[in-house]
Amino acid sequence: MKRSSIVGAIVPPLVAVLGAMAATSLVIAVSGGSAVDFVATIFSVPNERVLITIINQSAMLSLSAFAAAICFRMGLFNIGVEGQYTVGACAGAFFAGSGLVPGPLNILVTLVVAMLAGAGYALIAALLKVGRGVSEVISAIMLNYIALTMAGYLVARYGETSGYTYVTAEIPPSSQPLGFNLFPNAPGDVWALSTLAVIVGVGYWFLMSRTRFGFDLRATGESTSAALASGVSVGRMVLIVMALSGAVAGLVWMPAFFGSVHSFGPPENFQAGLGFTGLAVALLGRNRTIGIFVGAVLFAFLAGQSNALQQEGIAKEVVDITQGIVVLAVVVAYAVVGRRRAQAEQERVARQLDAEREGVSA
Amino acid sequence: MSAEVMRARTYRYTMWLIVLGVIVTVSVVRIVTGAERMTAPGTLRAALIGASPILLAGIGGLWAERAGIVNIGLEGQMLLGTWGAAFFAYHYGPYMGLVGAAFMGLLGGLLHAVATVTFGVDHIISGVAVNIIGLGAVGYLAKTFFDDLEGGGPRNLSGYDTLPNITVPGVSDGALKLAEQEWFVISDVAGAVAALTTRISLLTVLTAALVALTAYVLWRTAFGLRLRSCGENPQAAETLGVNVYRYKYVAVLISGAFAGLGGAYLTMVASSSFSVGQTGGRGYIGLAAMIFGNWRPSGVLAGSLMFGYTDGITLLPNSGPLVHALLLLIAVLLVVFAVIKVRKGERTTGIVLALIAVATLAWYLSTDEVNGSFTGMTPYVITLFVIAVFAQNLRMPAADGKSYRRGEAG
Repeated sequence: MKRSSIVGAIVPPLVAVLGAMAATSLVIAVSGGSAVDFVATIFSVPNERVLITIINQSAMLSLSAFAAAICFRMGLFNIGVEGQYTVGACAGAFFAGSGLVPGPLNILVTLVVAMLAGAGYALIAALLKVGRGVSEVISAIMLNYIALTMAGYLVARYGETSGYTYVTAEIPPSSQPLGFNLFPNAPGDVWALSTLAVIVGVGYWFLMSRTRFGFDLRATGESTSAALASGVSVGRMVLIVMALSGAVAGLVWMPAFFGSVHSFGPPENFQAGLGFTGLAVALLGRNRTIGIFVGAVLFAFLAGQSNALQQEGIAKEVVDITQGIVVLAVVVAYAVVGRRRAQAEQERVARQLDAEREGVSA
Repeated sequence: MSAEVMRARTYRYTMWLIVLGVIVTVSVVRIVTGAERMTAPGTLRAALIGASPILLAGIGGLWAERAGIVNIGLEGQMLLGTWGAAFFAYHYGPYMGLVGAAFMGLLGGLLHAVATVTFGVDHIISGVAVNIIGLGAVGYLAKTFFDDLEGGGPRNLSGYDTLPNITVPGVSDGALKLAEQEWFVISDVAGAVAALTTRISLLTVLTAALVALTAYVLWRTAFGLRLRSCGENPQAAETLGVNVYRYKYVAVLISGAFAGLGGAYLTMVASSSFSVGQTGGRGYIGLAAMIFGNWRPSGVLAGSLMFGYTDGITLLPNSGPLVHALLLLIAVLLVVFAVIKVRKGERTTGIVLALIAVATLAWYLSTDEVNGSFTGMTPYVITLFVIAVFAQNLRMPAADGKSYRRGEAG
């Protein structure tokens, strides 16, 4: 990688994060809080319990971001990750709770079930796009709501009561994987399935940069007409890529499910919103493997530190503003850098042409 | 008489025929199913309250998209509106609540406009970011400003004055009496009249006026023509001297203000208290109503009324049998669509529609009640369905969602 392109990849997100922190500080200062306390708390060293939360949350966020990134690389906007991982979580939880498959094998089969459910749900949007020309963004918005309502209905109809809410049957103890106990004194583990993020991350990198399929996918994203000319069936690609994205989305909540919650039942026994945050992480990381991991850790770090803000008298929701502004700022920063670079290129070519012309006339 | 005028008249005539057809169909279904509450004044009143916020969001979306900016941020702008309405209504009275809601929505619109117009960022990405920021900001602002107030909490506020209701004397009583008679068609129409004249909120009237104003400004003024030209062909507009950036900014700001008013409707009319996340996806439903309505004010109105009806009746006590009766109505409408499609030569689509109609009818005949969860997702299912079936008939502004840079006209 050339030095200028490394700078070009690192500077915009850095500027975006600093800008977002500044903007959030301004919001806090205007509404009568202490911006200094905000910055000091966010950048303080997290304690062991928070550190474990950050690791687990960044695993789930990066899974969600990889799901979004697969589509982004082909120019598809899979805003439906939210719905796909809800469906995956619901299907997986029902299956795991039923205990049809004994012991640790249950975990593996459940993951497959969750992936298939996510992929199947993503295929609805893909089929509508290929078959009827419906924008995947619009259909996905509708499908997200349908997913959450359907999941709520299914849990209420076929689940068990737990207090005032309904949940799916708990996973049998023999199918509950052990986590990694990083700090003996701190409560909670790093969930076993948080490692899925690393596996999917490596798989994503390999698929995108080392396979023919990944090349076709990126080519279609860069130019549909060029891809068509080189013999890529774009419709087929849309179906495969959306299904792949949905399959990864199906895994998003699995670390938390097997690691601590053990049953599914929104709103308590489910973490909604990971799909939208995952989109933001993918944008922040420019759909690159390392970038996504860094972005996921950053977002999980902000969320993890937000609880400590309460003690300073600052509402923790403020980090949601920071996250939103980071996304907006980073895409603006890349747009500005991209335009500046194109301009510089044009000027360089113009200068070269002028020089050549002078050489000819002389 | 020119062919143009003839066609316009035929179009208008057909529209009235369709409206009449729908009323008659609804009336027949009501009598066949015995679900008398289907068009009762109380039900339609609930539907009107359900429809208005969706309509405001949808018309907001219309403004932005007619100028070529896709505004997925409606949800976030609407959320900001709910907070603005509560804050300003609590401290300065209900009318300032409206202003505050519109202003907060406008701020959300400004954010979207800066990103999409000035910096040329992808509209969907910016919209998603606006929604994240909107939700975060409302949560933060509520906890910061409402926690210490009387009637307030970290995530809610009540105890502010709401807007007055209007009853049209004479008309209201008569219509209510007629509606009780359960007569064919007459009682259904009377139910609608009663709903429109009894205890109707000032903001509902304002909403209707704003829709009419939007239709007038966008289609009957030079300003509207220029604004729409920015959504159809900004390069051409630029060559004719239109300041495209300015029009896009104005459109997106108005769009945000409308969505903010939609938020105000939720905190000041549909309920009398504020809570974080009160919109429950209505910004997205507004967007859906706009697409359903083919980017036209009358279409947005129809879409909002339909979604508002399904949204409103879920709040009524014991709505199960009513929703069940709606299945028959849907089946009948599906058969009509199937026939239309077959006559147009789209045989496959027609057959698929007919099959869904048969399935719906089977569902109707085999059950007595529909689970409440399903009514909640009706707007989404219907939108998905309509877009899938009529995708070819929908026509969005030609340059909608496309990036535009000044001086790059090819």
